[in-house]
Amino acid sequence: MKKEKDYIGDIAEIRSMMERSSKFLSLSGWAGVMAGIYALVAAYLSYAVFNFNPDEITSPIGAPASGSMLPPQLVSLAIGTLLLAIGTAVFLSQRKSSKRGEKLWNATSRRMIVAMATPLVTGGLLILILLSNGLVGLAAPFSLIFYGLALFGAGSFTYGAVKFLGVMEVLLGVIGTCFVSYGLLCWAIGFGVLHIVYGIYIHYRYER
Amino acid sequence: MKLAIDGLYKAFESRVRLGIMSVLTVNDTLDFNALKEFLDLTDGNLASHIKALEKEQFIGVTKSFVGRKPNTQYFITDIGKTAFNQHLKALEQLIELQK
Repeated sequence: MKKEKDYIGDIAEIRSMMERSSKFLSLSGWAGVMAGIYALVAAYLSYAVFNFNPDEITSPIGAPASGSMLPPQLVSLAIGTLLLAIGTAVFLSQRKSSKRGEKLWNATSRRMIVAMATPLVTGGLLILILLSNGLVGLAAPFSLIFYGLALFGAGSFTYGAVKFLGVMEVLLGVIGTCFVSYGLLCWAIGFGVLHIVYGIYIHYRYER
Repeated sequence: MKLAIDGLYKAFESRVRLGIMSVLTVNDTLDFNALKEFLDLTDGNLASHIKALEKEQFIGVTKSFVGRKPNTQYFITDIGKTAFNQHLKALEQLIELQK
């Protein structure tokens, strides 16, 4: 007959397999902090350097009839920030998962990405359409709303805190839509401050 | 026949099989490669454990094709769920007794 230790070992194995196969726990807290810092820098640059702070839904940045009204530098800044944040998250999560002896790209992370992709792609396309119609003021709050929805969906496959973060982002997005002149501020709080707070929380709660 | 004296299922004696049952409890269906990754096993090792659990009808298999590639999905059966729950209960009781 087996010893007591073996039974407890059996149960521990069951627990860890259930968790490992249903939750993606290699998400790095530092990635959140870094993404928050990038976002704050980007928000500051777009405000201070490019003078981007639309206070109306159809904010005239260029000539209204000229189609796309965003200066290309601003678009590059946005895309650059996004790529940098995603790159950092993938890199740090890869490191964390190999430390845990897991693969980053497994059935759980796949499911999480698929859950996030639907609202993100929808939101991304919608924002492009809004921008091309000159509704520049809605871009920042709408990105918050759709990112929040994506996080809320992803929350089922990873730390529960992600769900809460998603709700907060959606709330900020709704506020930003109501008060467009605070859109950029809400964006900076949502993508900057909240990410940093979330990252520190994850780090102290799960990574020490 | 399937039960040992203490209420534990013989089929779940190996850790690997407990792992397979745990993973399939929380996932509706999984393919062979996903199971292999989670459990960190070789093909042959996993296949033999799966076969044993299949024989007891604790897990089921659906085979289909994705394009031309065969795609095998594994899932837990009702019999398997009941057996796994009973096995867990028995484990709990044994630990309680030994305290």
